[in-house]
Amino acid sequence: MNDTIARSILVVSLVKVVVLLFLVLTAVAYLVWFERKVAAHIQGRWGPYRVGPHGLLQPLADGVKFLLKEDATPAGVDRFLYFSAPLLTMTLAISAIAMIPFGPASIHIFGIATPLVIANISVGLLAIFAITSVGVYGVALGGWSSNSKYSLLGGLRSSAQMISYELSLTLSVVGILLLAGTFNLSELIMRQDGYTWGHLPKWNLLNPTFPQILGFFCYFVAAIAETNRAPFDLAEAESELVAGYHTEYSSFKFAMFFLGEYASMITVACLASILFLGGWLSPFPQTPGLDWTRYLPAGVLAVAGVALIIHGVRYINVFGRIALPVLGVILGALSFLCSQPGVIDDIQGPFWFLAKVLFVLFVYVWVRWTLPRFRYDQLMRFGWKVLFPVALLNVILTSLAVVMRK
Amino acid sequence: MLDQGVFYFFAALAILSAILVVTRRNAVQSAIFLVTALLATAGIFLNLNAEFLFIVQVILYAGGIMVLFVFVIMLVNLDVALHQVQFNRQWFVALIVSAVLAAQVAAAIAVSRRTLYTVPAAPAESLEPNTERVAFYLFHNYMLPFEIASILLLVAMVGAVVMAKKRV
Repeated sequence: MNDTIARSILVVSLVKVVVLLFLVLTAVAYLVWFERKVAAHIQGRWGPYRVGPHGLLQPLADGVKFLLKEDATPAGVDRFLYFSAPLLTMTLAISAIAMIPFGPASIHIFGIATPLVIANISVGLLAIFAITSVGVYGVALGGWSSNSKYSLLGGLRSSAQMISYELSLTLSVVGILLLAGTFNLSELIMRQDGYTWGHLPKWNLLNPTFPQILGFFCYFVAAIAETNRAPFDLAEAESELVAGYHTEYSSFKFAMFFLGEYASMITVACLASILFLGGWLSPFPQTPGLDWTRYLPAGVLAVAGVALIIHGVRYINVFGRIALPVLGVILGALSFLCSQPGVIDDIQGPFWFLAKVLFVLFVYVWVRWTLPRFRYDQLMRFGWKVLFPVALLNVILTSLAVVMRK
Repeated sequence: MLDQGVFYFFAALAILSAILVVTRRNAVQSAIFLVTALLATAGIFLNLNAEFLFIVQVILYAGGIMVLFVFVIMLVNLDVALHQVQFNRQWFVALIVSAVLAAQVAAAIAVSRRTLYTVPAAPAESLEPNTERVAFYLFHNYMLPFEIASILLLVAMVGAVVMAKKRV
């Protein structure tokens, strides 16, 4: 009996893993599209426009291109490490997402109720940091094994950067751990439930004991550096290092580095929303006056669907005139589904969670296309002499506040 | 049954990588196999329901210390050592040392055999959360050794910075 339960739990976990893997890879592909679009509009361009309406099929074309290009291996590489580095980067980045809880509700697979998280472990937060800390190897080994000066310098730079900023990243969340007293991500969200003065949510960013504003600042800056994104993307400073640690990689091995980078962006954004922005909790209290906010998911989908239909029927080519209204109708149907009594409560958690994650990701992209790249000595000085002391100060102030509260 | 299988998998992985660490001529590859050995040990910790120890092992050893090792090895050009013939082959000394060590371990296992195998495993649910447990013992029973160790580490850190500063 016990054995059959264990086996069915294993099957359910496997189903969840497959579904999440599919979702994450799609999300990564469209995150690239999102970034290119946002970047283009920031710079007054149109961005991808040719493949599909508004470039919506661009990720598909990119994927095919990555698969079909010649996979060149330069001479003199350390073959084992050269092949395992991109694999390591991608696998680690994706597996971190297994720890992320997407909502409070349970779903039913084969009649077994299971939460919206694959690995709900007691040390979830630490496990994610453990995975990111091992992720340095992908970059360092990729740079070293390529047998190229540019790659080696890029790999060394970025691993030095990741080691330096990892300290601030980990220290910046210590304040939250002091306030919540748990490493479990679902419990961390649950502790942020409630509203100060009836309206202001008790998210850690606005925690009544000690607002984690300093902590959020440190976390966000360190996270950008940790994922090697602009303005900290010295690993791939193209004006100095061609492309940094992945200079010698082509075709699908390059795509794996690429996927890894964007997957870790998603992880970092999810973590930011869980730790500082209350995860799946709604920003509106469920008082009678604000009851209508429960219909926000349906409303947002309906507005998007109607806008797509209106815009789509006047699109410049025939394919767009068909595809965009169809997409709009699908969104409208989803919106109708989200307003149904059985679904409306379950959809709240994932909706707010995804909204926050999308917001963080947008800021991420926004920062990239706004700030110029740091110089290497500036980067190190900033990491050790500004960010690290500020994170430490946040820990001291928070622990003082927690002790005073007691 | 599953627990045992997992244990033997990680144990075999740890021993295999430990052997590869000493037999590889390439320093970077040795370092990578050392990382694998450390990760396999972490896996054994996890199998024993010691999540906190597992995480600390991964973050500190695999993600911290070994990254610095690999970093230094990559910075220092060790290609020369790769092509040289090693002439200081000290097989005999190594053999004696490892034989003594093996005898020691065997003796330890033989002595503690009875207690080793009769300790009943605690069910996972009845255990207190790991982290609290570790913190409690560290800051309650072993406060003084802990503080001494941290001061020692601080002294070493300051010393390293001072010594590095002199050169510049």
